[in-house]
Amino acid sequence: MPKAVDIRICMGTGGIAAGASAVLERFEEELSSTGVGASVRENCSRHNVGCRGFCARDVLVDVILDGERTTYQYIKPDMVQRIVEEHIVSGNPVEDWVVTDDYHNFHEKQVKVVLSDCGEVDPEDINSYKSRGGYKAVESVIGSKTPEDVIEMIKSSGLRGRGGAGFPTGLKWEFARKPESDQKYIICNADEGDPGAFMDRSIIEGNPHSVIEGMTIGAYCIGADKGYVYIRAEYPLAVKRLRIALEQAKEAGYLGENILGSGFSFNIKVKLGAGAFVCGEETALIASIEGQRGMPRAKPPFPAQQGLWGKPTVINNVETFSNVPYIVTKGPDWFSSFGTEKSKGTKVFALTGKIRNTGLIEVPMGMSLKEIIYDIGGGMERGEFKAVQTGGPSGGCIPKDMIDINVDFESLAKVGSIVGSGGMVVLDDTDCMVNIAKFFLEFTQRESCGKCTPCRVGTKRLLEILDRVTEGKGKSGDIELLLTLGQDIKDSSLCGLGQTAPNPILSTIKYFRDEYEAHINEKRCPAAVCKAMLTYTILEDACKGCTLCAKACPSDAISGEKKKPHVIDQGLCVKCGACFDTCKFKAVHKE
Amino acid sequence: MADRINITIDGEKVNVDGGLTVLQAARRSGFHIPTLCDDDRLKPYGGCRLCLVSIEGIPRPVTACTTPVTDGMVVETSNDHIERLRRTIVELLLSDHPNDCMTCDRAGDCTLQELAYFYGLRDNRFWGERRRYEDDDLNPFIKRDMEKCVLCGKCVRVCREVQGVGAIEISYRGFGAKVCPPYERDLNCEFCGQCVSLCPTGALSGKQWSGKGREKDVKKIKTVCPYCGCGCNLTLHVSRNEVIRVSSEPDTINEGWLCPKGRFGYEFIKSPDLLKSPLIRKNGKLEEVTWDEALKFVSEKLGSIKEKYGPDAIGGLSSARCTNEENYLFQKFIRAGIGTNNVDHCARL
Ligand SMILES: Cc1cc2nc3c(=O)[nH]c(=O)nc-3n(C[C@H](O)[C@H](O)[C@H](O)COP(=O)(O)O)c2cc1C
Repeated sequence: MPKAVDIRICMGTGGIAAGASAVLERFEEELSSTGVGASVRENCSRHNVGCRGFCARDVLVDVILDGERTTYQYIKPDMVQRIVEEHIVSGNPVEDWVVTDDYHNFHEKQVKVVLSDCGEVDPEDINSYKSRGGYKAVESVIGSKTPEDVIEMIKSSGLRGRGGAGFPTGLKWEFARKPESDQKYIICNADEGDPGAFMDRSIIEGNPHSVIEGMTIGAYCIGADKGYVYIRAEYPLAVKRLRIALEQAKEAGYLGENILGSGFSFNIKVKLGAGAFVCGEETALIASIEGQRGMPRAKPPFPAQQGLWGKPTVINNVETFSNVPYIVTKGPDWFSSFGTEKSKGTKVFALTGKIRNTGLIEVPMGMSLKEIIYDIGGGMERGEFKAVQTGGPSGGCIPKDMIDINVDFESLAKVGSIVGSGGMVVLDDTDCMVNIAKFFLEFTQRESCGKCTPCRVGTKRLLEILDRVTEGKGKSGDIELLLTLGQDIKDSSLCGLGQTAPNPILSTIKYFRDEYEAHINEKRCPAAVCKAMLTYTILEDACKGCTLCAKACPSDAISGEKKKPHVIDQGLCVKCGACFDTCKFKAVHKE
Repeated sequence: MADRINITIDGEKVNVDGGLTVLQAARRSGFHIPTLCDDDRLKPYGGCRLCLVSIEGIPRPVTACTTPVTDGMVVETSNDHIERLRRTIVELLLSDHPNDCMTCDRAGDCTLQELAYFYGLRDNRFWGERRRYEDDDLNPFIKRDMEKCVLCGKCVRVCREVQGVGAIEISYRGFGAKVCPPYERDLNCEFCGQCVSLCPTGALSGKQWSGKGREKDVKKIKTVCPYCGCGCNLTLHVSRNEVIRVSSEPDTINEGWLCPKGRFGYEFIKSPDLLKSPLIRKNGKLEEVTWDEALKFVSEKLGSIKEKYGPDAIGGLSSARCTNEENYLFQKFIRAGIGTNNVDHCARL
């Protein structure tokens, strides 16, 4: 029997969805019924920890016996008994369930700064964070260093905003420090509206105290005594953990009146957003906190001059704030040792798509796309690599032949995409680029606030053109129309939403114009995705007449005698693909 | 007032008040910049994007209505790029508009129509789905045709910023964005009609004047509102010798704002009961008399009462519809002419 047992279960939203709560419960039961709990007593701990990034392998469980860690993957409640009996009691890890090499490969090239404590600390326990050096930054700053010194430190670290635009954080703080004002505010932008993005949610779920610590340091620097975290209501777990963390930080004296006896006071309120993408835009977010409809306004004045209630306000992204305590404790030089000349530090990405290892990753700025996809992502799942979409609905596609590109602010911007908030969708040869562009346009069009004409009406017209192209009704001139209208929308829209909404179209036309042309001129979707242009046929030679396809067909379009080749009546076919999916002999052809 | 500064607009050096926006400075210096959403009396909005201009040193076009002037600023109100963007914006608006100017009340007095004319937009590159709204006709004053709305937001802003009511707001998202009361019910409206007066298209108009004649058919006559002592300036729109509408110009003491009575309450003009001359009751019946006769009658009566019972037997009550000057004269007359302090005013009640 070991002397100390520590069990850590990944309980981010991903882990819980995979059944982590039941796994934790079973551990409680098994540990007590086997007597382990009684024998190791206070040295037996069971923690829920935040996301470690590899959600695809959930439920992930660390069993740490006398300091030695074994990680299990895909754990279900009924597997717990065996782990406790064989491993914890008898000391023989259950090798079948231990993570494999690709788990280690997934992590090997990553460099974790903001995620360094995610998956390690218990997000609902401030002492867990403190035991790993948490709140040392606040302790070393408040009352000991001047705000100017700290701003200088952030400036020299080279930290740039992680919310999309990449504005230098230290400079932003300096702008907000300068004006005299009876009141200043600090806001954490946790709206995270990009489809498929979950970086900020994971940080708050996994280590909310790092965000609170970063905000407190920011508040100290600019002289704010009130802060807001604007977080979407669709993140209930993050909201819950954030609230617990705020209570605990207050109790421990890191928030509230007269922090650490320094005379500096700072309080944070949580403000729930109602799930509008545009409310992530800083001026819309401010309007929303003020109780108005979340619509952006023109800048200048910038929030640092006139923000919330007209007062100087710093608004930063979750990941930006979360970097701050690590920069303060480990030093700006340490931080800037990662990354490129102009993009320092690391960036968290949500790696998804047709790739083997999907999940949350943190890599140094400037890592090549190839390394991310093949070393961390483990390469393509099935198909052939075609492109990567970065930056979500504001971003663009990077084609296959640019796979050696470095992922940093400058390099991606140069090829017409962006780092954005960190979405990274890997596409293969079964993805239609016109359809991908349409997906993002549908989103931005729906989420436009309606205030400015080009975004409200223009994106609708772009979408209509894409609709007809993917329906096989494209007209010659449509590509040019997309290009001119797209450019006009970019040049004339009020906020970042409209100014970037056409990017997915412009970049796919730039690199995959031939696919658009095939849709329009030949009424053909090269990736065989766009339904209206698909034809399913049965290859006579390959068909064994098993009748499975005919049974699967919802519109009775397939006929044929048993053991004889079947045929599809094109007039009845609804192009659902059921026959294609059911055929065991690859006899259904789609084109 | 801010200091005066020098800026350059379209190559011309102008000296302007430093507190202005680029749009205000350009207008006051005689330059025209198109806009649908701006009104000098409302806060800058930047929604329609028509007032985009180029400013030296700023890489992208900016809206003149939201950009403050700074000393030495060099502004270009028009160039190929800017005109291309404006044209696209107007074309986009027209692609989602009924384009039924033939039957629209606002033809000839519509900013959108002017813009379409200016850019010669007969065809449209962007024809597509159009917003469709059911007519709802639930109030007595304001006629709404939401398909003609260009979402300039003036109605929303005037209601909140000037009237302090906030009865309407933009709701929904994207292409479906729409001006309406909260949850599209519970209209908390005072029917001042300020929104109607600002609408740049035919989306908002008055039920009373709808179909009664267009801008080109009316003679405009300036007058002062008879309802109260505020003395708001009115412009009567007269067609075939009938007042068909009342409006007010922005450059008046009331800045163009009116109350529901001033804006919509003019139907009494046509009433057969309207008094056109003084009446005196003779043998139990009211009879029309001349002003001379009426005044003589009143002065004789007042004189005899005063002689018989003393001045305190007389009292004066004046009307809130009179101006300050008239009220002043009236109390002077009662106090100095009649010799009593028995004078009061209905607005005190
Ligand atoms: C349409 C739109 C949506 C945005 N959504 C987010 C968001 O969800 N989270 C975020 O941090 N920033 C978002 N931003 C960027 C913010 O406006 C702002 O630049 C950012 O919060 C600043 O923080 P940073 O300097 O730390 O990056 C969005 C911008 C636009 C135009």
